[in-house]
Amino acid sequence: MELTSATTVNKPPQEVYDFWHRLENLATFMAHLDDVRVTGPSSSHWAASAPFDTVVEWDAVTTGDVAAERIAWASVEGADVDTSGEVLFVPAPGGRGTEVLVTLRYDMPAGALGKAVARYFGDDPSQALDDDLRRFKQVMETGEVVRSEGAPWGKRARKEFPQRPARPLSEEELQELRARKEVMA
Amino acid sequence: MKANCWVGPNKVEVQDVPDPTILNGRDAVVRITSTAICGSDLHLLDGYVPTMEKGDVLGHEFMGEVVEVGPGVDGSRLRVGDRVVVPFPIACGACLACRAELYSCCENTNPNAGVAEKMFGHPVAGIFGYSHLTGGFAGGQAEYARVPFADVGPIRIESDLDDEHVLFLSDILPTGYMGAEMCDIQDGDVVAVWGAGPVGQFAMDSARMLGADTVIAIDDVSYRLEMAASQGYRTIDYSDTDVRSALLELTGGRGPDKCIDAVGMEASHGTAHVHLYDRLKQAVRSESDRPHALRQAILSCRSGGIVSVIGVYGGLVDKFPAGAWMNRSLTLRTGQCHVQRYMRPLLDRIERGEIDPTRVITHRLPLAEAPHGYDIFKNKADGCEKVVLKP
Repeated sequence: MELTSATTVNKPPQEVYDFWHRLENLATFMAHLDDVRVTGPSSSHWAASAPFDTVVEWDAVTTGDVAAERIAWASVEGADVDTSGEVLFVPAPGGRGTEVLVTLRYDMPAGALGKAVARYFGDDPSQALDDDLRRFKQVMETGEVVRSEGAPWGKRARKEFPQRPARPLSEEELQELRARKEVMA
Repeated sequence: MKANCWVGPNKVEVQDVPDPTILNGRDAVVRITSTAICGSDLHLLDGYVPTMEKGDVLGHEFMGEVVEVGPGVDGSRLRVGDRVVVPFPIACGACLACRAELYSCCENTNPNAGVAEKMFGHPVAGIFGYSHLTGGFAGGQAEYARVPFADVGPIRIESDLDDEHVLFLSDILPTGYMGAEMCDIQDGDVVAVWGAGPVGQFAMDSARMLGADTVIAIDDVSYRLEMAASQGYRTIDYSDTDVRSALLELTGGRGPDKCIDAVGMEASHGTAHVHLYDRLKQAVRSESDRPHALRQAILSCRSGGIVSVIGVYGGLVDKFPAGAWMNRSLTLRTGQCHVQRYMRPLLDRIERGEIDPTRVITHRLPLAEAPHGYDIFKNKADGCEKVVLKP
């Protein structure tokens, strides 16, 4: 499965690159990622949530890194998930910021894990990546992922519709968000 | 707190709901002192706008006192205790759209942008109390509201003007003004306005303020036409008059130079068979909007003129007069109002006494009577032009 998406961020390429380059930041806006840890000069450990409260983990290496232009990565040989990705940072014309062009590739493993990954990405995997980039843009331009009462869950967006009604959250719902440190205490 | 909620087609209810809290760092919580029912709330009420959920808090015209701010709010722009009017589009102030002052097209404030993109091609900003297509934000027909990006949009009212003089800066006054501004009014222009509801009235006032020679109101509700006539505007009642002939008569056969559609998707009109066609198509959802006012504005406008659309459309229309539009060099301009752009200059005009927004208010009700307010506004009963609710 190969997914591509693009967004334009109203910031200079170096700043957008710098944010992405801190790979830990990816988990703040990519819905399927729980955690990314840098483990060495060009190595990282990735954890993604999968259905039924399971977690898929893999090690990756940075395969390309050009300041303010490009970052590429791939899972190491023999990892549970065969995946790679690339992001390009291109100056947008006329001072319109930075075009961020992302390609993600997942080779579906056979069997149960493959089915789980496929199901995780849902009926419309491109939409999932589009939404990831929308949140990336929100974080870059405004500092955080925007929440509404109908969609208060940030990047942990639940199935989109029907949504909870657009009315203030109950104490129980707020506690759930606070437990994830996702809202102001 | 108490809040007016949509509970199903043509049914709203004042319910007890939790008090709002800060969810994002640049949120504020506002204790609402005045709020209003908007014509576009009626599109939500009857279910013509999709993605309403049972229990949604309605309302996008409100003002009040800031009672709490998030840690990210710029204290030089907003503090607890400030008296503010809140613009209906939620805008981040940082994206390319906001930097171009296209606040209602903000690229960051709609958490449901993916859905909006499917309907509109590109997403639109979040709007308070205005369906989940525009974000699923709780509205302001309530005692309190959470206001995201509170240091971007809300305008502080530092003078002693009462609520009624400034409340409509939240939507209908800037919306009417933008409708007139998009007309690029020149000396001698005749401006025709379809719809003499509150937005139409403010479009007329603004057209005159911007230099129109003659302003014409078109509607079928007699008290609305009387309200326009009382300001010195010409009127056409389409229930007993052929609009095109009347407009030609009033303009020496030229047609109005500029036309403003302040009606939108639920137009009704006197040509029975076309109206029936639209009603039927809308009922079976093969046409989401009834565009009669827009069609008539395009056909009536003089060649080379401007048709300015501020009435709300939600989806698709049939029988769009593309031939008239193209062959007669018409310019079509439109947009949900970029309210933030107009609040300061319009507040200045109110303070200077150049415009009196209170003139459209016919009803003042407690929040608890919101359902009654919707009823009389929708049914044009009791001379209802504009309802202000007091929480």
